[in-house]
Amino acid sequence: MLKIENLHVSVGDKPILKGLNLEINAGEVHAIMGPNGAGKSTLSHVLSGKPGYNITEGKVTYMGQDLLDMDPEIRAREGVFLAFQYPVEIPGVSNIYMLKAALNSIRKHHGLDEVDAMDFLTMVKDKIKLLEMDEKFLYRAVNEGFSGGEKKRNEILQAAILEPKMCILDETDSGLDIDALKVVAEGVNSLRSTERSFLMITHYQRLLDYIKPDIVHVLADGQIVKSGGPELALELEAKGYQWVEGQAA
Amino acid sequence: MTSRYIAEYEKTADLLPGQSLAWLKTLRAEAFNCFSDQGFPSLREEEWRYTNVSAIEKKLFAPSLDLSEAVFDQALLTENQLEGALTIVLINGRFSKQHSSLEGLDKDILVLSMADALEQKPELLERYLSKAVSNEEHSFVVFNTAWFSDGLFVHIPAKKVVDQPIQLLHVVTETECLASTRNVLIAEEMAEVNVIETFVGVDDNYLTASVTEVFVEKNASLSLYKVQSEGEKAYHFGGTYVKQARDSRFNHHNFAFGGLLARNDVHTDLDIASECDLNGLYLGNKRQHIDNHTRINHLKPHAISNELYKGVLNQRARGVFQGMVYVAEDAQKTDSAMNNRNLLLSNDAEADTKPQLEIYADDVKCAHGVTVGQLDEKSIFYLQARCIDEETARNMLTFAFANEMVDKVKLKVLKVILLKNLLQVFPQSGIDSEWL
Repeated sequence: MLKIENLHVSVGDKPILKGLNLEINAGEVHAIMGPNGAGKSTLSHVLSGKPGYNITEGKVTYMGQDLLDMDPEIRAREGVFLAFQYPVEIPGVSNIYMLKAALNSIRKHHGLDEVDAMDFLTMVKDKIKLLEMDEKFLYRAVNEGFSGGEKKRNEILQAAILEPKMCILDETDSGLDIDALKVVAEGVNSLRSTERSFLMITHYQRLLDYIKPDIVHVLADGQIVKSGGPELALELEAKGYQWVEGQAA
Repeated sequence: MTSRYIAEYEKTADLLPGQSLAWLKTLRAEAFNCFSDQGFPSLREEEWRYTNVSAIEKKLFAPSLDLSEAVFDQALLTENQLEGALTIVLINGRFSKQHSSLEGLDKDILVLSMADALEQKPELLERYLSKAVSNEEHSFVVFNTAWFSDGLFVHIPAKKVVDQPIQLLHVVTETECLASTRNVLIAEEMAEVNVIETFVGVDDNYLTASVTEVFVEKNASLSLYKVQSEGEKAYHFGGTYVKQARDSRFNHHNFAFGGLLARNDVHTDLDIASECDLNGLYLGNKRQHIDNHTRINHLKPHAISNELYKGVLNQRARGVFQGMVYVAEDAQKTDSAMNNRNLLLSNDAEADTKPQLEIYADDVKCAHGVTVGQLDEKSIFYLQARCIDEETARNMLTFAFANEMVDKVKLKVLKVILLKNLLQVFPQSGIDSEWL
């Protein structure tokens, strides 16, 4: 589904990603772990098309297309979803309005009619239960005044409604207490299917106790230095990031 | 330099209402002398340093002498008249009985044109006219006092809660026309009322000079909405001067959409434990210049004031906000917040903002904040990551910024008109009307 080959990315003159390779097949859940500053967030930003990054080398193929050539909204409509590490507050735009605009953009992109208002509401109310959120969140401005946990749940709710093919979860577990983490993880697990892939970017191994990855990668100094099964995460937890950083050197 | 308007005054003086009232004649004469000395304000005056009104002097706008019914596009009326409201229509500065609608008017309340009120209730007007604003204010006020040809008079007796909104629909249909109007609104003790002032006109040169004096008596509530949708070449001066008695509430919603050059003053004097909310939204396109001046005088203890003015400025438009919160020595426990937020949509747009606090009491809470900025790029990217194209994202965020002020309006019939205005001013592509 997603193939990253020899990806080099700089911010200004500073290289961040230095030849990253990664292949994710349909239905797989990959986790990328790494110390702060390894380039984890840069990877998620580059995949979703955030401006401000220079791609100096390499390519990213998504469903057979050149992903880096698409505008951010086209990537999103094609099924690439980024759950933000820091979801943005947007005063004046209600959650429900944004969701509807988003869903209709996807439908239009695929040549479908706009969603029926009643059907949409029924569907959204169904999914919001999954994330144990109150319906009143739908009518509040996007993320405005939400707690950290509510913001992260809101991201997963959006994924549940937009039904992407490739979900990138950027530090979705950061700042969550254990109860909130369980709810978010349950939401993510309910979205798992043979058609949908996940790339989870995280600093903490704890998330992987609740969302079992197929493959774990370790990112250090702009490259993937080690890949393995879920047991790699535990090893990493025990030995600390110095262990892999030592290997990268 | 003597204003050219001085020499023209004689031509119209006899046609002005209330000339048989000695007190009014004196009032007008004093105002006229005052204006003769000063002329229109110049950039040298601190309160006018951002706004150049010399074009008004050059153009020499003249009051409409033709008292027959004007011929004009009826859409100016139909699109702006509020459903279910008591409406006084002024055309080119004079009451039009034919277009006004006072159906359902309660016999206890007075809703009259100013000219009729001066005939029917002169003693009442003598007590109020020119009592909320003095000749010292500035020369637009004295100009208005000398020149006003009509206006709206509203008197709500004590304890009366008026459900029907009262609208002043101010229409200018003639080019080069001067429409100078004076309004007096009185809510007696514990009365409650909503008043809407709507200013519209042809897309041609003209001058509106309107002064509204508001008296909110003890424990009364008055909400005043101003919708300035003047024609695109129009000059507009509007002053609102409020006297609030103790425990009273005054809510002002000030929407400035139209005009080439618009200046808007709002002043309120707060007595013990009274409360005022001043809300403003100004939208500028092309070369529009929109200037807002507010002054909140906390004269006595325990009063509360909340002010939020928002501006969206596009192309070469310029917005000005000068807000003063004055707290007298006696006004302990004052609670005041003043905010001005500006969104600039182009590199050539300009916002000048100057919040001022003058505090002589020592136990008060006074907050103020100002921002001038562009659309948040992070928000735009967030929406793009949610499938929404950049242009639509920008439109949504601009609309959302402005819509906060429309959302504060409780009157549904008015909200519809405001939203329509909002969408006309800014690009609406991608904005789902269902959202409204």
